[in-house]
Amino acid sequence: MKTFKVLGSGCKKCNVTADLINKRAAEMGLEIAVEKVTDMAAIMGYGVMSTPGVVLDETVVHSGSVPTAQDVQGWLE
Amino acid sequence: MFEIFDRLGDYVAYNLFGLDPATPLAAAVQFFVMDISKIFFLLALIVFAIGFFRSMLTPERVRKVVAGRSRKVSYPMAVGLGAVTPFCSCSSVPLFIGFLEAGIPLGVTMSFLIASPMINEVAVVVLAAAVGWKVAMLYVAAGLTVGVVGGLVIEYFKLEKWVEEYVWKIQMGNVAMPAAASGVKQRLQYAWGEVKTIISRIWIYVFIGIGIGAVLHGFVPEAFFLKYASADNIFAVPAAVLVGIPLYSNATGVIPIVEALLAKGVPIGTVLALMMSVAAISLPEMIILRKVLKPQLIATFTGILFIAFIGVGFLFNAILT
Repeated sequence: MKTFKVLGSGCKKCNVTADLINKRAAEMGLEIAVEKVTDMAAIMGYGVMSTPGVVLDETVVHSGSVPTAQDVQGWLE
Repeated sequence: MFEIFDRLGDYVAYNLFGLDPATPLAAAVQFFVMDISKIFFLLALIVFAIGFFRSMLTPERVRKVVAGRSRKVSYPMAVGLGAVTPFCSCSSVPLFIGFLEAGIPLGVTMSFLIASPMINEVAVVVLAAAVGWKVAMLYVAAGLTVGVVGGLVIEYFKLEKWVEEYVWKIQMGNVAMPAAASGVKQRLQYAWGEVKTIISRIWIYVFIGIGIGAVLHGFVPEAFFLKYASADNIFAVPAAVLVGIPLYSNATGVIPIVEALLAKGVPIGTVLALMMSVAAISLPEMIILRKVLKPQLIATFTGILFIAFIGVGFLFNAILT
């Protein structure tokens, strides 16, 4: 099972990002875990300065914007 | 070049609604339609063009470029890059920590944070289209100067003690660089995405700004501003700055108000001081920065900007009127 972490201090875009991943996974019938990380030290620990950031299985795959549908699709495949 | 928007305003107000051009309502409607069409057209155009041509300028890159430079270079760089680097205010906190963690001095970091919301390329072009290049350039010059001065004052008083302690302990991992778009198709996609993101973020401020501008334009008589906001009234500039502090709007959203006030004969220094104050200092921004700054530093920071904006207002009023 893939584990996603959405990094961000609870702004609107971070919620949009988490919803996007959840929704696409549900459409594809995949079971995944999505966790929202709001602790600043943890976010910085991943080296992310622009939120929202996305971490897939402990690797930063995206930062600075809401990811595109293609990005999300790519992570889930 | 922009008469077409003027004419659109005329058409809607006088022909479509059949309003009498001499009435305040007609003037307000004309202004509203003209500014809505003009500002959103320019906004989309500029954001798209910049999104297409610029290889992504991100806070991560700025951090890398500014870190380790001497103060003579890092201050001008911080305000200059602050002006052209887009970032969402919700990223202020990680950005602030990331800069300090890279060894960028507090003063330089604050310079970046002061300049960033106050000046951006979109607002500068829209301002120039609304009230001319001279005013737009004065605004930029004043904004950059205030950014540098603000940072230098914070450095001079060694205010690092007023940064929350935990900030200094944070260790960053390898910094993730957001991927830049390459190839024409990706760039077009990126540019279009930028237009959508930025307009969805700021349209409400622009809308409200145009609404206020239209009411000022149509309903508030010139005599009112002559009486209360002339250069002779020494309280006009401080009052303008004070009004702007709690208010928040994107810089572009203030421009219709600037346009209306200048047309009513309010002196340029007073108007630009108001614009800076609205764009640069705001309650939501302070609440976000409270996570990393102690209240004393937030108060000092606001105080420095308050004084600097008043200085800018008086200076421009003195030399330009």
